[in-house]
Amino acid sequence: MKKNPSREELLKGIWRDNPVFVQVLGMCPMLAVTNSAINAVAMGMATFFVLVGSSFLVSTFRHLIPKQVRISCFIIIIATFVTIADYTLLALVPGVHKELGAFIPLIVANCLILGRQEAFASRYPTKLAVMDAIGMASGFVLALLSLGSVREILGDGALFGIKLFGENFEPWVIMILPPGGFLTLGVILLFFNWFKSKKDEFLEEVAAAQRSES
Amino acid sequence: MDNFLWIFVSALLVNNFVLTYFLGLCPFLGVSNSLETSARLGLATTFVMLVTAVCAWLLNTYILVHAPYLRLICFIVVIASTVQFIEMLIKKLSPALFRAMGIFLPLITTNCAILGLAIFATNRGYGFWQGIVYALGAGIGFTLALVLLAGLREESELSDVPKLIKGTAMNLIIAGILSMAFMGFAGLFSTT
Repeated sequence: MKKNPSREELLKGIWRDNPVFVQVLGMCPMLAVTNSAINAVAMGMATFFVLVGSSFLVSTFRHLIPKQVRISCFIIIIATFVTIADYTLLALVPGVHKELGAFIPLIVANCLILGRQEAFASRYPTKLAVMDAIGMASGFVLALLSLGSVREILGDGALFGIKLFGENFEPWVIMILPPGGFLTLGVILLFFNWFKSKKDEFLEEVAAAQRSES
Repeated sequence: MDNFLWIFVSALLVNNFVLTYFLGLCPFLGVSNSLETSARLGLATTFVMLVTAVCAWLLNTYILVHAPYLRLICFIVVIASTVQFIEMLIKKLSPALFRAMGIFLPLITTNCAILGLAIFATNRGYGFWQGIVYALGAGIGFTLALVLLAGLREESELSDVPKLIKGTAMNLIIAGILSMAFMGFAGLFSTT
C-alpha cells in the first residue's frame, strides 16, 4: 500500500506520537487549565492556532532564518501568534479568558510548540509542516479534552457545565484541585503503558507464530 | 514588612509554582533524577528569576506603559538574553560550574516558571522590592519541589515497583501526593 506522506504526518500526532501521552511535552498548560472541559477546549483552540500559524510561517521562511539565531526567531514568531490569540480570546470570550488568566501568554513557553518548530517545521516544506502541526495540535486538544472531562466529571459531577448526576452525587473535590491533575495524568499514562505492553506482547506472539509456521 | 513576608511565604509554600500552578513541569519531571543536579538547576533558576523580576519591573515601568501589547514579546526576549548572558558569565568566571550545569542552563529559557513569574508579578502590580521578594520565594519554592521529588525518586529507584508504572506515570503520581501535602499549607496565613 502506498502511503500518503501528508496524511501520515497528520495522523501520527493524534495517536502514535501523541505529544502529551507519548512524548510528555507541553505539560504545564496541560495540567493547569484542565479543571473543566470548557477551559480545556479554549486552551486547546488557542494552542492549535498558535502551533499551526507558527509552523506555517517558520516553514515558509526556513531558508531565510539564519541557523545561529533560529531559536530566537521561532520564539518571536510564536510570541506574535500568542499575542493575537490572547487579544482574540479577550474580545470573544472574556469569561473564559479571565479564568485561563496568565496561562494564555504562557503558551509561548510551551515546549511542544518550540519543539515542533525545531524538529519539523524548520526542515520540511510548508505543506508537510502544516499537516504535522495540525496533527500534533489535534493530539494536544484531544489530550486536554480527555483530561478536562475526566476531572470535571469526577470533581464536579458535570461536563461542559451540565450536571450529569442527580442531587446525591458527592463531588470528588480533589480532582479539580491541583493534585487531581497530577493523579489523573499519571493514571492515563499508566493506561497508555499498559496498552503499549499489550500491543508489544501481541506483536511478539504474531512473530512467534510466523516463525513456527515457516 | 508583613506584606513582604506574606508574599515570600505565599510564593514559597502556599502557591508553590510547581505544585499548585503547574509551572516549570518540564525540568521538574525531566531533571529530577538526582539530588545534586536538581539543587544546582534550582539555584540557577532562582538567579534567573531574580534578574527577570528586575528586568520585568524596569520594562513595565518605563517602556511597556506605552505599548502593552508588546509585553509578551519583550519579556521572552529579555529572558532569552538574560539566560544567554548568564551562560557567558558563568563560562568566563567558573568553567567548572559551567561544565557541571551543561545543557540545563540554556534550557531555562523555555522554563515557563520564569515567564510565569514575570506575568504574575505584572498582573498583581508588584513594585520593585515586592517583585524581588516574590522572585526569591518562587525560586526557592521551585528548588524545594525539585529537590523533594528528586529525593523521592532516588529512593524509589531502589524499591521494587511494577514495571508498568515505572517512569513518568509514577513521577506524576508522586508529584500528586506531594501537591496534596502542599495543600496543607493553604491555611497557614489568613488572607484577611
